[in-house]
Amino acid sequence: MVALPPLPHLPLLRAGRPYRSLDVAILRDIRTGEPVAEVSQASAGMISRDARQGPENRRILARKSSAELVDICHKAAEFFLEGELPLGDGVQTRDDYLRQLAATTGMPVALGRSNMDKIYKVLAQIEAVLDGLTRGLDLSILDQGWGEQDSRRLSFLAQTEALGAVLPNNSPGVHTLWLPAIPLKMPLVLRPGSAEPWTPYRIAQALLAAGCPPKALSLYPSSHVGGTQVLLSTGRSMIFGDQSTIERWSRDIQIQAHGPGWSKILVGPDQADRWQDHLELMADSVLANGGRSCINTSSIRVPAHGREVAEALARRLVAVEARGLEDPRAELAAFADARVAHLLSEKIDQDLQQAGAEDLTAQLRSGNRVVEVGGCTFVLPTVIFCQDPEHKLTQAEYGFPFVTVVEASGESMLGTLGPTLVASVVTEDESFRRRVLECEAIDRLNFGPIPTYRLSWDQPHEGNLFEHLYRQRAFQAA
Amino acid sequence: MVEILENTLTNEIRKARQLLDVHVREIVAWHFDPATGCPFWLNFATGLDFDPRKEIGGYDDLKILGHFEDSWLRGGPVRRWVPKAFAHRPISIFETGGSTGVPKSRINIEDFRTDYELFGETLDDATFPKGSDWLMLGPTGPRRLRLAIEHLAQVRGGIAFHVDLDPRWVGKLVKAQRWEEMEAYKTHVINQALTILRAHDTIHCLFTTPKLLESLCEKIDLVRAGIRGIFCGGTEMNAQFHRFAREELVPGVDFVPVYGNTLMGLAAPRPFDPAVRDYTITYYAPAPRAIFELVDPGDLDRSVDYGETGRVVLTTLTREFFMPRFPERDEGERTEPIARFPWDGVSNLRMLSSLEASVAVGVY
Repeated sequence: MVALPPLPHLPLLRAGRPYRSLDVAILRDIRTGEPVAEVSQASAGMISRDARQGPENRRILARKSSAELVDICHKAAEFFLEGELPLGDGVQTRDDYLRQLAATTGMPVALGRSNMDKIYKVLAQIEAVLDGLTRGLDLSILDQGWGEQDSRRLSFLAQTEALGAVLPNNSPGVHTLWLPAIPLKMPLVLRPGSAEPWTPYRIAQALLAAGCPPKALSLYPSSHVGGTQVLLSTGRSMIFGDQSTIERWSRDIQIQAHGPGWSKILVGPDQADRWQDHLELMADSVLANGGRSCINTSSIRVPAHGREVAEALARRLVAVEARGLEDPRAELAAFADARVAHLLSEKIDQDLQQAGAEDLTAQLRSGNRVVEVGGCTFVLPTVIFCQDPEHKLTQAEYGFPFVTVVEASGESMLGTLGPTLVASVVTEDESFRRRVLECEAIDRLNFGPIPTYRLSWDQPHEGNLFEHLYRQRAFQAA
Repeated sequence: MVEILENTLTNEIRKARQLLDVHVREIVAWHFDPATGCPFWLNFATGLDFDPRKEIGGYDDLKILGHFEDSWLRGGPVRRWVPKAFAHRPISIFETGGSTGVPKSRINIEDFRTDYELFGETLDDATFPKGSDWLMLGPTGPRRLRLAIEHLAQVRGGIAFHVDLDPRWVGKLVKAQRWEEMEAYKTHVINQALTILRAHDTIHCLFTTPKLLESLCEKIDLVRAGIRGIFCGGTEMNAQFHRFAREELVPGVDFVPVYGNTLMGLAAPRPFDPAVRDYTITYYAPAPRAIFELVDPGDLDRSVDYGETGRVVLTTLTREFFMPRFPERDEGERTEPIARFPWDGVSNLRMLSSLEASVAVGVY
């Protein structure tokens, strides 16, 4: 009888120190239920107790100059992408990471790879990101505490001893949001998603391999109670969650809450008849990354030809098949919990009972919206045509390629938009552009055929991390 | 040598079992005797087609009474639980946590004193010195702890200082996610404890809950404050917390986890061996006054094997309170008897996994 190899164990990182907890959670392969790894769990008390070392941890990180920390990010980019990095008592290659990620989250290897590239790029091009966040601040001013730039004296005061982050399971790409904390001289206190400790852990190991002071990196897989403790123990933090999570924390200025995006494509009146030119932009924005991100398009607003747009999009997206997680052609991510997939689909059917909305993909598909492939459960792309611009489905967003096409004239289009993290506006009409520029519902705005998921890293959105972490103080020196 | 020890343990287990069966007969005879029993059980007996005093010869026979039901203790009249033999005695009423609706109530006369005196005998006099004072930092109010800890301190020659915490209010704050208020309340409670600890250097013993211990240790070094022994209760306490407490929160202090509730009394832990450093917490009920059985959650009459996970079925057998085979909301692994406690124990006690989502525990 051949002994099975021991399960990989992900320890906590307590200011860089690996700690094997007696309290462990087992991560399982969503396809087979087989254990994939065990993950040490932190208690709220431990997180709170360790937070007392926050000032010391930040002092140690701040001893490195910003230039050195930028260099560490560059090196970490390479380690993250290609390195064989520690994983508990063993090591993890790039392929191990992608397979483990797929197994516990349902993110296909092919999509995991593109998320990996995204993280690599942010680390490799961290100066551009920092430039965007600080609007071109000479970072040596952070090293010295104050300095001069463009003949102005500047000084910034840190608002916290660490950046806390309660992280999600949905897509590794979101981890790019907290990465700039390290070159901004701010230690990290992370509580990874329960099914996805892989990415934060690999990033942390890449940073350590690149020379980041260990004290700057704390990783506390834990229950929700531990997540709350991360928020309470750090002066500035971010949390990712659903709308109820956002509502719960949004009034707290110490917490940056990231939730659903409800990102949209708006077709201006001048482009209404040229909708076919933008069909691929629409399909791509809905489908990218398996539709898992808040920057995926979940609604398309057109002034005319709504049904034609929706039908064409449905024909395009219905061709997308569910494939096994290791299939290089995979475009859809699986649901880690099959019950959630079924409940979601039932919810959509329930909402379709309200008049004014029609599932056009259902008419083109022979089977159900929910399918099983390779031991995984998928929800297939769904295109809903909404005649009623206020139908409840127009404000829906789900973790799979789901989009409503809403026909609304220029006036009512903006009036019924609802919160919109990213809007890509296809128009040359200056007066429409001006109205869009004044639309408060839109956070990140793209003019032109830019997919909603395509972010320019020098344009931070959903709160600026630098402004979250630092406050500019009035400063004079004689 | 090993064989001799094993034989000795086997004998002790057999003797403990015989003692339990004798005790069961005595308690059943008491509670079903019209001269001494309580109205509840006397009334219950009228619905039976047998006389429990004749049919129940030992612990295993308690099955014929079925399972004690949770709802019987929720609401009044509580006097139906007072044995006639004790009708003239002062009665105390103690409540359970109240995290699942109307709290369960249990009448008490002397049991809480007896339970804590017996538990006190398991404490080490070196780390819980007789004559030293205590701080009781935790839920008081309608709970047994208030009087029980005071009695424990008193029988050991000490005085108990108290700081109250209302767990039901904390539970509401947690449910409503009112974290700022919760922090403020926690600070209010901890500050009172700090004031008492700093003002009274005769306090060497502490009772508290895991979360309050963590909070207290954020503000004060308890070793330097003179604390030598801590006994700490709460079902959310696991092996990792035990280790965290011994290694980081209060190194060098005698840390004694305890499982107690209003319905049972106090279960003592398997003594910690610093040489082995096994932090698994195993509790042994105060037999024969109370006994745990670990059963199949799908078949409450089937005991699980040693090492297997089962639901805790609790039986309390005192003259004040008879509670046969009550399915607790906890689970754990059935654990073998040891010389000090020659009856079954339960390891890794935790909330029943099927209830985890619906009940808030360990909030204080």
